Amino acid sequence: MRFVVYGLRSSVFGLVLVAAVSAQAPAPSPNAAPAGSAETGKKLFVSYGCYQCHGYEAQGSSATGPRLGPRPIAFAAFSRYVRQPTGQMPPYTTKVVSDADLTNIYAFISSRPAPATNVPLLK
Amino acid sequence: MSITKSVDRRDFLKSAAVTGAAALGAGHATAAQEPAQSGAPPQPAAPIAPREVDPTGSVEVLTTDRPGGDFMVDVIKTLNFEFIASNPGSSFRGIHESIINYGGNTSPEFITCCHEESAVAMAHGYFKAEGRPMAVLCHGTVGMQHAAMAIYNAYCDRVPVYILAGNSLDATLRRPGVEWAHSVQDAAAMVRDFIKWDDQPVSLPHFAESAMRAYKIAMTPPMMPVLLVIDGGLQEDPISHEVTSRLRIPRLTVTTPPQGDSGAVAEAARLLVNAQNPVIVADRAARTPAGITHLIALAEALQAPVVNQGGRMNFPSRHPLNQTSNARQLIAGADVILGLELTDFWGTVSAVRDGLTRTSRSVVRPGTKLISITALDLATKGNYQDFQRYPEVDVAMAADAEATLPALVEACKRATTADRRSAFEARGKQLGTAHASALERARAEAAYAWDASPISTARMTMELWAQIKNEDWALVAESGIMSDWTARLWSFDKHYQSLGGSGGAGVGYGAPAAIGAALGNKKRGRLSVTIQGDGDFLYAPGVWWTAAHHRIPLLAVMHNNRAYHQEVMHVQRMASRHNRGITRAHIGTTIDDPNVDFAKIAQGMGVHAQGPITNPNDLGPAIKRALDVVKRGEPSLIDVVTQPR
Repeated sequence: MRFVVYGLRSSVFGLVLVAAVSAQAPAPSPNAAPAGSAETGKKLFVSYGCYQCHGYEAQGSSATGPRLGPRPIAFAAFSRYVRQPTGQMPPYTTKVVSDADLTNIYAFISSRPAPATNVPLLK
Repeated sequence: MSITKSVDRRDFLKSAAVTGAAALGAGHATAAQEPAQSGAPPQPAAPIAPREVDPTGSVEVLTTDRPGGDFMVDVIKTLNFEFIASNPGSSFRGIHESIINYGGNTSPEFITCCHEESAVAMAHGYFKAEGRPMAVLCHGTVGMQHAAMAIYNAYCDRVPVYILAGNSLDATLRRPGVEWAHSVQDAAAMVRDFIKWDDQPVSLPHFAESAMRAYKIAMTPPMMPVLLVIDGGLQEDPISHEVTSRLRIPRLTVTTPPQGDSGAVAEAARLLVNAQNPVIVADRAARTPAGITHLIALAEALQAPVVNQGGRMNFPSRHPLNQTSNARQLIAGADVILGLELTDFWGTVSAVRDGLTRTSRSVVRPGTKLISITALDLATKGNYQDFQRYPEVDVAMAADAEATLPALVEACKRATTADRRSAFEARGKQLGTAHASALERARAEAAYAWDASPISTARMTMELWAQIKNEDWALVAESGIMSDWTARLWSFDKHYQSLGGSGGAGVGYGAPAAIGAALGNKKRGRLSVTIQGDGDFLYAPGVWWTAAHHRIPLLAVMHNNRAYHQEVMHVQRMASRHNRGITRAHIGTTIDDPNVDFAKIAQGMGVHAQGPITNPNDLGPAIKRALDVVKRGEPSLIDVVTQPR
């Protein structure tokens, strides 16, 4: 029942301060998103370890990282934050994640399904 | 307690040695012979008549009706232990036998464990469910070494565990070989930094006094483990007439928990009543059900928000003043923060960025007043650093929070004017709205990835909740980290429904603590449930055999993300920081290739088990089947393959 989540063995990750990537942000203009492959992005999302904090479906976690999809913030802000994060998120430079890869990842998180509706267990 | 023939251990062994020499002398060359001359063949020894061995004519005494261990059991029984958990060991064979035969294996009943870490962690979980300590028996050497991490967890979690460790002090009486390897000059040395008190009694009267003292010290806040090292001879030797005349069991009076100074309480009340935005933060505040009642009274008297850090079940999760989900904003806007038994007050009001350069900043406004009530200020040790960074507070009460709350409630009520009361009411209404919004927000977030595979932790949480919410349930442990879904979505209102974490973050606590707590809940018919991490499971899985063997009903739903996931993230953080690729963070951190078949392991231990379950639609029926087993009084485990968090 902790609201501060402690690490298994070592330090606290705590709640990630990534307001810039908050899922509460308004939907971007459709023209702002570059073309990318959601299918390729799905593989990259796993191989680059994005899922570790944000979940395989980019659904986010209160313990590690916010929800990213299916309506992410504008690509420019997304890219800027990945390269130069201001919170707990580690930085991912172009040496590690190319712009093309980032575009595909963005396509993947944009393609995530909408949340389930009318779920009896959530009433 | 009659002793018809008394012989002490030394006399017994002396007699046995001489008799043995005589027996050997009858047919073998022995060291008792004169040394043979060089080159000459050894001469057979002549038979030795018994009278030459034992001129006094006394007969070797081979049995006793009253060993010291029996008296130790008499003492232990007065302390009302329900159970004593142990992995068996020769250094405490005397008291082991006394417990199961002389003591009738009741109060305490022997709980067979497969690892000392399991025994201590079971005692840890049991205390938090039951409110009284469990005893643990272990070797003073290898047993303590196995037990050490679990003792550290209990120490950090302020939980009393009553440990008895066997040892063999007299070097001239040890059996050759293992008994030497299992003996130690100072058995407590290895754990003294993270227990509250220890002793090594040299007589049975000494044991009786130290047993009472140990219990009293362990149960005085801040509660912590204690250790009595009990000599093998003291357990096994007959009680002599001289000692019998001195045997008595001292009366035990448990110490009243320390209450905060009246002046400090009054100052705290003044600050809280006059605050515009007070926040109450509780961690290990509610030791008993009364702690929850007192905290509700304080929050309602002030209409102040409560943030539950969850070291204990401090405050009902659905109370409108429970603002745990809004903690960050509330703390940032607070003008007075009351911390009740906080593990980390500094961390509560600060933020640390784990970057290439570590930076920290205060997250509260300048001038915010901090009030601390914690018994930990009465007993802080130096070596292990669990005490966290130094908090600069304005009022510091070295006192037990639960014991201090009634006085603080009354002081707040006395200090509240009509104007303040109307301001409180307005604040309470706003907080009630915020609480409802947070619950709706959590439900909306839970709907994302609802049908995903691996199964979302939100889905798993709510599938479980649907089937336990109408039972008398208790979430006895939660060893996998999973986005606080239980705290955000379940309705906790009873003291035993949430028991907090391990304390020291030593992995391996979850399974044994859950089984220990379930053992405490068993007699009350409570439905014990646990969310079981995969990494935690693998530390000492023999504890599942203990659950099956002792028929301990427990529903375990696994959060199996197939990794030491926190460590995956740590390694990825390093790889990102060092700017050299992040595709190899799984090396050394994941638990796959092959995937562990947890259900098969549990089944091999005699536990009903299902899984691995990967389809979320299969989870509800699996939980239903498991519940049928648990309601029959047995443990059941469901392996669920889950999202990372």
